Amino acid sequence: MVPGADLAHGKFRHTNTDAGLVQIIQKGIPGTAMPPHNLPDFRAMTIVAFLRSMAEKQGSGVVVPGDAAKGKAIFEGKGNCGICHRVGASGSRVGPDLSEIGATRRAAEIDRSLTEPDAEVLPQNRYVRAVGKDGVAIVGRLLNQDGFTVQLIDSKERLLSLNRAELKQFEFLEKSPMPAYKDRLTPEERADLVSYLVSLKGIARQ
Amino acid sequence: MTMRLVLLTAMCGTVSAQVTFDRILHAEREPQNWLTYSGTPLSQRYTLLNQITPANAANMELQWVWQARSLEKFEATPLVVDGVMYTVQAPNDVVALDAATGRVFWIWSYIPSQESRVCCGRVNRGLAILGDTLYMGTIDAHLVAIDAKNGKPLWDNRIGKPESGYSLTHAPLIVKDKVIVGVAGGEYGIRGFIAAYDAKTGAEAWRFNTIPGPGEAGHETWLNDAWKTGGGSIWVTGSYDADLNLTYWGIGNPGPDWNGDPRPGDNLYTDSVVALDADTGKLKWHYQFSPHDEFDYDSVEVPVLADVEWRGAPRKIMYWANRNGLFYAIDRENGQFLSGKPFVEVNWMNGFDERGRPMRIPGKVPSTEGTLIYPGNQGGTNWYSPSFSSHTGLFYISTWAGYSSLYVKRVDEYKEGNQYNGGTPRSPVPFTRSSQNFRKADEGYGAVRAIDPKTGERKWEFRMSDITEAGILTTASDVLFSGGREGYFYALDARSGALLWKANLGGSISAGPMSYSVGGRQYVSISAGNSLFTFALRQ
Repeated sequence: MVPGADLAHGKFRHTNTDAGLVQIIQKGIPGTAMPPHNLPDFRAMTIVAFLRSMAEKQGSGVVVPGDAAKGKAIFEGKGNCGICHRVGASGSRVGPDLSEIGATRRAAEIDRSLTEPDAEVLPQNRYVRAVGKDGVAIVGRLLNQDGFTVQLIDSKERLLSLNRAELKQFEFLEKSPMPAYKDRLTPEERADLVSYLVSLKGIARQ
Repeated sequence: MTMRLVLLTAMCGTVSAQVTFDRILHAEREPQNWLTYSGTPLSQRYTLLNQITPANAANMELQWVWQARSLEKFEATPLVVDGVMYTVQAPNDVVALDAATGRVFWIWSYIPSQESRVCCGRVNRGLAILGDTLYMGTIDAHLVAIDAKNGKPLWDNRIGKPESGYSLTHAPLIVKDKVIVGVAGGEYGIRGFIAAYDAKTGAEAWRFNTIPGPGEAGHETWLNDAWKTGGGSIWVTGSYDADLNLTYWGIGNPGPDWNGDPRPGDNLYTDSVVALDADTGKLKWHYQFSPHDEFDYDSVEVPVLADVEWRGAPRKIMYWANRNGLFYAIDRENGQFLSGKPFVEVNWMNGFDERGRPMRIPGKVPSTEGTLIYPGNQGGTNWYSPSFSSHTGLFYISTWAGYSSLYVKRVDEYKEGNQYNGGTPRSPVPFTRSSQNFRKADEGYGAVRAIDPKTGERKWEFRMSDITEAGILTTASDVLFSGGREGYFYALDARSGALLWKANLGGSISAGPMSYSVGGRQYVSISAGNSLFTFALRQ
């Protein structure tokens, strides 16, 4: 998977025509992880048709009726989202960075995360608890792991690497640290917040 | 609990501390870190860490390897900040690693424009950091800011047209609240510049044109409108003197490279060092090493700053081993030429006039039938970082010795986005590593040469078979680290050049070594091939 390469939105960095997409599928993108594929035209066109259908499905999904400006105020105020999440240069890095959440997640998915945060936790957003042999516990978002070490960002935004052999306990947290906002926000406020989050597409690239 | 965890917990305040400019300016106070491309703004690539010594260097062993998912040359020098290493996977993916284990914290992938074009590899030489933000130049001429904690982009500023050949390959330099970079692309007939950008927003604060336009000082050194395609790349990071508030940058060759006929004149500020006011970008002084260059002798070297006693009086000196084969000492307050002496074979000049201008040897110019010139096209040295040890007082250079090129010139028409070279240099030494080496010694070889910078006299040489593209690191304990195209990584005695230890890393070494410590243990990192290797003493 190429980070940031979400193919479901109907917008592509290198081309937006069907013919251009066919060419990319067949010839790849030099200098990137996208390899050429030895596919005849009709098969490449089938893939393009699938990508287009995903985009259409997304467009016909949940309509976001909220007000993004009000949603921003909720994010920064009543929702207190910045205590865990970061947008641009503001907020905490402890939770997932939401600067381009609107480019990678759909409105319905975001709304579900607000109402049922435990329903689907992406693997990259899992939290762990590590307790050292001295009893010191560290909770953080898992960044990486191997048979001997664990990497995480903790509640103080420190990038830490722990040695498994020196831990007496290591566990994944079953529940997301994210609270459910179903009853904390009104439906209108939640719609505003979703509208704001959908508008976050990352930084502009010239 | 683990010693590391205890340490990290205890060091909470330090670990979370932002990298202020004051920390960068005084980076020598925290040798456990490597906060800027050459170690400190003085660019000596010298560390005060002294755990590894000539007596125990033979006990070094591999600690970890990080293999990049890239087949490009791995030229980046990593940064290390409080146990976290930051480097670049070519061409432009930023990586955060645990400095003690090499395990990845995060990777941010940047996809350069398909329009980007670079003469000499889709490479990157490293990052800069200020606060919690990393800065990187890209091969499609963007300057980007990335959150150092989570690898998310903060701003992205396109500063040149990649379709015209503009690119960025060097690590940015931080001065106060600004990020300073210069564009490359001299082989495509760009008009080069150095510019400073606001670290918070990416907005341009000042710009210095390395090829002066109408009304700018030095424009008179260009005729025939040749300034419009004059080149003047920046390939490596500059230096900074806080007392003088001057930032120093070496500037690349004029375009076209090997045929000077379309561009009569000295072609300022190509092949020069410029001293710029760090707040305004205004030129304080310049010195041109190779006026009207036709040998691709761009001044693609790191300016090395040292405060030393010079002929009986303290002086602020800039040492410079130039691609043109000469080692220079320059007064960095005013640009006065103090001395210049060959450190490899040189046949294009035979001395200096009273102002420090090289005296050319008639006939030693590119020709249609070819003219043999020493040093050859890749130079006596090149972008590979030298080192100055204040402990030994010696200056160390990665050299291509006994190396020449046959310079053949031709007439090229400028066409935007195409290479604009004006000829072809030919040499027995290939530009890239070949799988086998059949050359005789007099056809060129690599060497680390130690010279007394006050006299230019060679003190010792460590000779290789193939040439070297590796930088040099020296330590306060008189160990010198370097490598070569053969793939060996060496520890030498900085006092004598004696081999202390070596490791065969397989791939060509095309980067500068650096050193840091975590938990009181000294590490040395070097990239070779497409991997990053880190060594320490056996425990």
